[in-house]
Amino acid sequence: MRPRAPWHPWAMLGPTIALLVGFFVVPVGVAAYESLFSWDLLTPPRYVGGANYAALAAHGQLLNIALRTLGYSVLVVAGTMTLGLALALLLDRPGRFYAFVRACVFSAYVVSWVAVALLWMWLLDGNGGIVGRLLRVLGAPPVAILGDPRWALPALAVVGVWKLTGYAMIIFLAGLQAVPRSLLEAAALDGAGAWNRFRHVTMPLLAPTAAFVATTSLVTSFQAFDVVRIMTQGGPARSTELFVYAIYEQIFLDLSVGRASALTVVFFVMLLAVAGMQLRAWRLRGQP
Amino acid sequence: MKEGREKTALVLALACLAAAAWLVPYAWMVLTSFKTLPEIVADPTAPLPKHFDTGAYHEVFATIPVGRYMLVTTVMAVAIAAAQILLALPAGYALAKLRFVGHRFAFGVVVACLLVPAQATFVPVFLFFAHVRLVDTMTALVLPFAASALGTFLVRQALLSVPDEIIEAARMDGASEWTIVYRILAPLLKPTLVSLFLVSFVFHYNDYFWPLVMTTGDSVRTLPLGVALLREQGTGVRWHIVMAGNVVLSLPVLALFAVAQQHLVRAVRARS
Repeated sequence: MRPRAPWHPWAMLGPTIALLVGFFVVPVGVAAYESLFSWDLLTPPRYVGGANYAALAAHGQLLNIALRTLGYSVLVVAGTMTLGLALALLLDRPGRFYAFVRACVFSAYVVSWVAVALLWMWLLDGNGGIVGRLLRVLGAPPVAILGDPRWALPALAVVGVWKLTGYAMIIFLAGLQAVPRSLLEAAALDGAGAWNRFRHVTMPLLAPTAAFVATTSLVTSFQAFDVVRIMTQGGPARSTELFVYAIYEQIFLDLSVGRASALTVVFFVMLLAVAGMQLRAWRLRGQP
Repeated sequence: MKEGREKTALVLALACLAAAAWLVPYAWMVLTSFKTLPEIVADPTAPLPKHFDTGAYHEVFATIPVGRYMLVTTVMAVAIAAAQILLALPAGYALAKLRFVGHRFAFGVVVACLLVPAQATFVPVFLFFAHVRLVDTMTALVLPFAASALGTFLVRQALLSVPDEIIEAARMDGASEWTIVYRILAPLLKPTLVSLFLVSFVFHYNDYFWPLVMTTGDSVRTLPLGVALLREQGTGVRWHIVMAGNVVLSLPVLALFAVAQQHLVRAVRARS
């Protein structure tokens, strides 16, 4: 349709575009610019070229942060997708009881990360945590899970899975609605068992949904911060220092704007790669 | 398809297991909040408190100004959600219905911003707010989220399925563009707008990251920050108090979830 006056579209879009450019587009450029300076917020900034990137890359710190973030994300995505799909298949049944169980699982997605992180800190606590007690009953050696460099990151991933499985389940349930019952019944008449019906009818039809869940959960877990800040502060021995927390440390604890900006730039480039995958997944589902 | 009795029993058992995996942690949170410190020290994994003691809740309200934090959090989340809808309506209308030079650019900005999270922008934005002395203000908490790329995008999507004739008829009747957007189209989009409002409200009510990096003091501290501070304060972790804070923080959201579950679920699906 033609606008009534040539300036109308811009009056309508103006505030939105200005705010989005001002708070999301420009900052990315500013971060790229500031990553070339050494600045401690007190003395004037000093141009250092690529020195911030070099300093982060030395000793493999940057690589470790990236790999750790990737590792955490892969664990969370694999966990939420497996559990989310299994629960969607299990709970896609009529009746109040199954609706209640679905609501239970999904509720964790609605509750604050703060509440979830604090709750799991208590569950995983070395002295009084019931998870530790449970593991000891099962014969595992007593460990302070969050205090052990080997177990802290997987433990955070478990918390992420607990929080996000409801999301995956809801999307998979929506995907299952799109699987025609007639197709499943036809397959059953042809003698296909439950596994074969799932493998050859449901799964191919769910593939776009799965791609969508995978990429959105990947983006979400890439941005993980709350669990780290609250549960471990990046420790023990930096074993849970994920990207966003590393940026936070650089600017608020080390007062190093340049390095925080350099980390931001690398983080953003990694996000772009994931976002590219996300756009492809959206296209698969017939969105823009 | 009929399921055998054994299979039904197995499904039921697995469903109960799933419910327990999510309900037991919640239950543990609530039970711990009604215990006393000596009880927790003596036997941390005793299932039930000896008698339901509300001391931890008194302690929470004595340690942090729960009412004020809750007010700040609610004002912030409502302001953000309302601003997003007020701005997304005309922007989504322009993108869905109007032809103009620069349409591709404007739509490109919105889609590009879908991919940029606040975690990738907070360093420059914090420095900017520090420079103009707006750290620790409601402005720093609300303004960066006043426009929502996702909200704009979803309003545009919803408007695409509204026929042009409705707008043409309104124009013929002499309605202004603002009347068309806020009085005629907004009611048509009510389900979308309600979902958007709820999701945005819940997200920002819960948000820990942005209020943490944009505040240094107590003046506009939000409830999630206050509850997280309960753990950092004092000597030794007093878990009954932390869990009581957790209950106070989660209860309003869970109540909202119980009332508006359909809207929230639909909103999460709408994004996909």
